[in-house]
Amino acid sequence: MPRTILVYAERRDGQLRRVAFEALGAARRLAGEDGAVHAVLAGSGIVADDAAALQARGADVVHIADDPSLGSYAPEAYFAALRAAMDAVRPDALLLGHTAAGRELAPRVAAAYGAGHVADVIAIEPDGGDGALFVRPLYAGKAFERRSLAAGHPWVITVRPNNLPPAEPGDAGGRSGSGSVQALVYAPPPLLTAVRGVLRRAGGQLDLAEADVVVSGGRGVRSAAGFEPLQALAAALGGAVGASRAACDAGYCDYALQIGQTGKVVTPQLYIACGISGAIQHLAGMSQSRTIVAINKDPDAPIFGIADYGIVGDLFEVVPLLTDEILRSRDN
Amino acid sequence: MMKIVVLLKQTFDTEEKIIVTPEGVDEREAKFVINPYDEYALEEAIRLKEKSGGEVIAVTCGSERAQEALRTALAVGADEAVRLDAGELPDDSYVIALALTEVIRPLAPDLLLAGLFAVDTGAGSVALQVAERLGLPHASAAVKLGVGSASELGIEHPAAAQRYALVERDAEGDTETVAIPLPALITAQQGLNEPRYPSLPGIMKAKKKPLRTIMLGELSLGAGVAGEARTSQAGLYPPPPRAAGKRIAGTPGEQAAELVKLLRSEAKVLP
Repeated sequence: MPRTILVYAERRDGQLRRVAFEALGAARRLAGEDGAVHAVLAGSGIVADDAAALQARGADVVHIADDPSLGSYAPEAYFAALRAAMDAVRPDALLLGHTAAGRELAPRVAAAYGAGHVADVIAIEPDGGDGALFVRPLYAGKAFERRSLAAGHPWVITVRPNNLPPAEPGDAGGRSGSGSVQALVYAPPPLLTAVRGVLRRAGGQLDLAEADVVVSGGRGVRSAAGFEPLQALAAALGGAVGASRAACDAGYCDYALQIGQTGKVVTPQLYIACGISGAIQHLAGMSQSRTIVAINKDPDAPIFGIADYGIVGDLFEVVPLLTDEILRSRDN
Repeated sequence: MMKIVVLLKQTFDTEEKIIVTPEGVDEREAKFVINPYDEYALEEAIRLKEKSGGEVIAVTCGSERAQEALRTALAVGADEAVRLDAGELPDDSYVIALALTEVIRPLAPDLLLAGLFAVDTGAGSVALQVAERLGLPHASAAVKLGVGSASELGIEHPAAAQRYALVERDAEGDTETVAIPLPALITAQQGLNEPRYPSLPGIMKAKKKPLRTIMLGELSLGAGVAGEARTSQAGLYPPPPRAAGKRIAGTPGEQAAELVKLLRSEAKVLP
């Protein structure tokens, strides 16, 4: 059944986020060969390259809301832009990233349009008929459910970053270049929520939820300075640094880095746990990573039970050697 | 006098073991708690009341077992509690939000507080859908909250409301400060506060506090809304077991070299 799908092409710091391409890939598959994929770009001073990148990856129509009120993220302004796109496209489904913005915009859109909402989707499967099944974690990853949506009402879906295959350039196939770019009729709403300031704490590092590689430290890191070798390893791998709750509670690092049931959920290609024992609270935030490496002095640490590769040893010895090994092998 | 409604949910204690069967989750061994994020919301409501006066009403949608969560809320300082009986309600955020909106609207809260999400379903959808239906603005993932007049908070705001919230919120690791006129929904992130435990006198007092139950049929929506679910569960399964991993032996240097080799040739996660 051909469908019309709208994708919220989220930008961060003026750039399209990878999860936008992941949502676009899912949209293309849900739409079907004869369906239509629309994308909405919201911001101020949007460059043509962003629209072109979406078209090359399978967006048939790109709708642009370009307005000073969308210069930095404000939920009410972005919600208004999404509503404008919903009204223009009248899609069967809206797809967003399960990001800070997607998480707060999706429920509002669902309520405003009487839509079904399925959040934090990690896979989309055929249901054997005309529909689709959306797979999502429950109980902090201790179970998974498949959810279906009723026909006759729009669907609002948020997809977890790093789980669905992104749309690649050339995915547009025969459609390439045939798509159009349209300005969205958007009137800035009166903004009730006034942003008064932003304190950058993540230090401009790669967003943890979207990183391909996460190097994470626990109580075994012993101090704030103890995170330095982890940062060097993450830099060598082009990844981000995370932490367990124990490390955050001990004051070794900011809570912004916390991975776990409370904190962030990450599913990178490679997760390197350094000095992390592997409490359930932590496993809930990382156990779905593709490959897990554990480095810990304690051979009985529970983290070894879920690690693909385990090294019993002192992280302060092993991690710098690992960094050297990676830099050396890359130079060769 | 400020009226604060806290939307809370009783959940599995996800720190405990959860047994998943094809028929559902085995509830016999499960422990039930107030969703941890909702506890932050509840604690913040009680602190605001203690500071500036007012009234705190805890609202939940749940089975009879969820009365325990409401009793706990009353024991830590909520004044009243309301349970919307979930008996006839499908497990669907659209219908639950519709029904809860009808429960909350007559309470006319000045401030609606809820957790960022519930640790069982992890969706974070219902509170925001309720806010949309009530026409309230929101600030999500609060890590610090102050409530007062514009002059008390030292802000200028075009809305000319009687009260505002000044919210520090977690935005993917960054901290954003927003001013929002009340009434509004604020959702609580970890770090907002350290929730208290119920005291013995608190537990005794809670027994005399009003706890109402509302059946779906009593709402103007009518019981037919239960058939309006937009989503449904089509299957439940435990996570695939992870195969036991490899221990890499040797000197630290050998371990590092072997790991890089395996990550490249076997796991294929390095170029």
